[in-house]
Amino acid sequence: MTDLPITTTTASDRARDIRAAVESRLKTRHASERRFKLYGQLAIAIALSFLVVLLGRIVTQGASTFVVHSISVQVPLDPARIDKTALEGVNYDIIVADAVLAKLGEKDDDYGTKSEAIKDLMSPDFGFQLLDMIKADASLVGKTVTVSGPLRANADLYFKGEIKRSSPEEERTLSNQQLDWLDALKSSGAVTTGFNIGFFTKSDSTEPEQAGVLGAVVGSAMMLLVTAFLAVPIGVMAAVYLEEFAPKNSWTDVIEVNINNLAAVPSIVYGLLGLGLFINTLGVPRSSPLLGGLVLALMALPTVIIATRSSLKAVPPSIREAALGVGASRTQAVFHHVLPLAMPGVMTGSILALAHALGETAPLLMIGMVSFVPGVPHGFDQAATVLPVQVFIWENASERAFHERTAAAIMVLLVFMILMNAVAIIVRRRFERRW
Amino acid sequence: MLTWIAIFILAALSALAFLMGRRKALGSAGGSPAKMHSLPGYYGTYVALWVGVPAALLLFVSVVFGGRFEYALLTANQPPILHQLSIEQKELFFQDAQALAEGRQLSEALYEPDVKVALEAKANEARGYSNAFKQGTFALMGVLVLAGFLGTFPRLNKDFRARNRVEGWVDGLLMACSIVAVVTTLGIILSLVWESLRFFSSVSPAEFLLGTHWSPQIGMRDDQVGSSGGFGALPLFAGTFLVMMIAMCVAGPVGLFSAIYLAEYAGPKARAVFKPLLEILAGVPTVVYGFFAALTVGPIFRQGFNSLGGLFLGGPLNELGLYLGQVQNQMALVAGVVMGIMLIPFVSSLSDDIINSVPQALRDGSYAMGATKSETVKKVVLPAALPGIAGAFLLAISRAIGETMIVTMAAGLQAKLTINPLETVTTVTVQIVTLLTGDQEFDSSKTLAAFGLGLTLFAVTLILNIVALRIVQKYREQYD
Repeated sequence: MTDLPITTTTASDRARDIRAAVESRLKTRHASERRFKLYGQLAIAIALSFLVVLLGRIVTQGASTFVVHSISVQVPLDPARIDKTALEGVNYDIIVADAVLAKLGEKDDDYGTKSEAIKDLMSPDFGFQLLDMIKADASLVGKTVTVSGPLRANADLYFKGEIKRSSPEEERTLSNQQLDWLDALKSSGAVTTGFNIGFFTKSDSTEPEQAGVLGAVVGSAMMLLVTAFLAVPIGVMAAVYLEEFAPKNSWTDVIEVNINNLAAVPSIVYGLLGLGLFINTLGVPRSSPLLGGLVLALMALPTVIIATRSSLKAVPPSIREAALGVGASRTQAVFHHVLPLAMPGVMTGSILALAHALGETAPLLMIGMVSFVPGVPHGFDQAATVLPVQVFIWENASERAFHERTAAAIMVLLVFMILMNAVAIIVRRRFERRW
Repeated sequence: MLTWIAIFILAALSALAFLMGRRKALGSAGGSPAKMHSLPGYYGTYVALWVGVPAALLLFVSVVFGGRFEYALLTANQPPILHQLSIEQKELFFQDAQALAEGRQLSEALYEPDVKVALEAKANEARGYSNAFKQGTFALMGVLVLAGFLGTFPRLNKDFRARNRVEGWVDGLLMACSIVAVVTTLGIILSLVWESLRFFSSVSPAEFLLGTHWSPQIGMRDDQVGSSGGFGALPLFAGTFLVMMIAMCVAGPVGLFSAIYLAEYAGPKARAVFKPLLEILAGVPTVVYGFFAALTVGPIFRQGFNSLGGLFLGGPLNELGLYLGQVQNQMALVAGVVMGIMLIPFVSSLSDDIINSVPQALRDGSYAMGATKSETVKKVVLPAALPGIAGAFLLAISRAIGETMIVTMAAGLQAKLTINPLETVTTVTVQIVTLLTGDQEFDSSKTLAAFGLGLTLFAVTLILNIVALRIVQKYREQYD
């Protein structure tokens, strides 16, 4: 070092140069550092804003479903118009419409155009109500009865502001006269606004105002029951075998690779399996909760197995060794000690797998669950519909009133999923042990 | 009803066997469990298992397959009068015979008087088979119960290794459960391959994979399916690829940068907030994304492009303006973007795990050399994590290819060979859904084509998954 003829001045000059260069580079390096961090923050912000938009949009679209406009009409049952020998053949809808016309103080023309127009504002359910009343008590004919129920979907949409008077008459489904009547009924207090209980107590219907989610909720519950009873025991036992008993050989390797791959098979392939194997070969009834449950159980199985294995792995070996040490057999050690300790993790994993199965749609379309099913399913082998499929069916419907119901059905579905996830989190928080 | 009674009797017999076995074993030890090989309950369980399980399995098999067995017997000899009927009519005839035998509602088919006589005869025959089958099943069950009891009960004494025997049963049950997973895979492969083989006997695989004309509806009407050339699936593959690419363009950068931020920059508090929020996005059912795509994103994009097109009208880009003006709700872009949103949490949580498993020593070394955080991430962490991230992307691609609901609700049905994201495209999964929903003959080429598509889909996603899982696993081993 000493033989280098460096003077002190040049050395400090050079140091200054280097410092200046480093500082100017440092600036750009720090700028790029900030930029990089910003990209990360931006990515998180984008992802979360998608979440907010998605959920916000569904809530704003669906919220109006929970409000319904109903009307209560006093209908005089004119014996001249009701043929007691053929009760089914009577046009009750027109009788109701005439009662509403009378209420409005209008007189119909000879062709009945006005009552036809009124009929379009009333749910056809009124007619069925009258029929049921008269069937139950024939003496009602000649008296005046009161029927009440929701207005037809279009009238409901008008009161909710979805159909606007400002838009041209030919582009709306309601004429100016119909809108006038609706306004008159509203201002006279005949139309009442209330909470839409029917949405939770009725099943699918071709009339939007009569459609509800009860059938789909019951169908989903039945299907999940089948899935839970199959996937959880089989999955847990398979995981116990693989984790605690299986010898490490090529056969168990095959099973292992297989399970990991099954977890990533597209769900629609399970639908094809259900169609090819369960329906065509084993003859399980189409579109039944039993069949849906079977297919979803096969889908949920890998998830349950993987979750159970990881919580079995988390139980320290000392527990097993202690049990074996005091004379328990391997089976006893596993079933009396290891598995109970792993249970919180198993339950959490199973509930999450079931929550996922609850939202699954694609495989159910394959096995015939898209058909229209009015009413609540009565048995595990009867045709049923489930919530996500109900969403799909309503989304495809052309009536605009079904769109708000779709969003509302999604809200119901999401509430159930959030509940299940909350249960899973509570189970994990309360019972999980860390060693 | 009869089945439930049988189950009840079987359960009662098993319980009885349990008590008897336990009592006998205890008796042989003079009432002192300490002198026995196993706990007394194991002796009882051992007998009960042999009494109950074989008979229960037989009952299960007879319930699942009994109806088909009876049907096969019934159709084995056909009265000569049936030869005049078509195959469907024959099928209906036999179904009605069974229904008549069981007192169920008949179909609405009308029968000639002489066929009706044959129907009555067949119904009687069916009743006979049904009774014989039931009696046979119950007799066999009785034999199994008795054999199980006699084969085990006399052997019980205090030195009998009952616990080991019972645990042998438990082992067998556990193994059977783990085999269910393998059987599922086999079931998938067999049902896909079986139906696909039938499909490929009428349409050549080369035509299916490379043909550019997809119109399965023609195939249904025309008997000459193969010659109509309606089963070239290339446009479907192209559409699937296009939607997948768009989805990955959204999910890739956003997911990766979220993962980098969460793993390297965010503090524990921010992590505890953002990670669960992202997981909500992953938990939303795909049908909800489909609804969002069809009724929110689709109309917004269409209006956006239409008004953008309006700006170009009359200018030098008039053609483009006209084109943009007639863009529809259903386009590849909408499906792709929404699918990308769905995949963000998938990419980010996988990448997050992988970035976290890069050893801290690598980062510390980089910081010690004076590198900034972003330089460390770009030059050290990402290159080290690259194979794992590639695996994560491959898994995301496999998800995108197999995703069904979003594309069904937002992409459309027209099979077009295009790379224009504003066009309506259709994908493999959409076609499977459309081919298999609704009522149709199961044997038509149209429904079989769905299985051909399903097989292709399964094969592609399987290869992607195997490769991706291998890469991820190899990478993990490297740093463990």
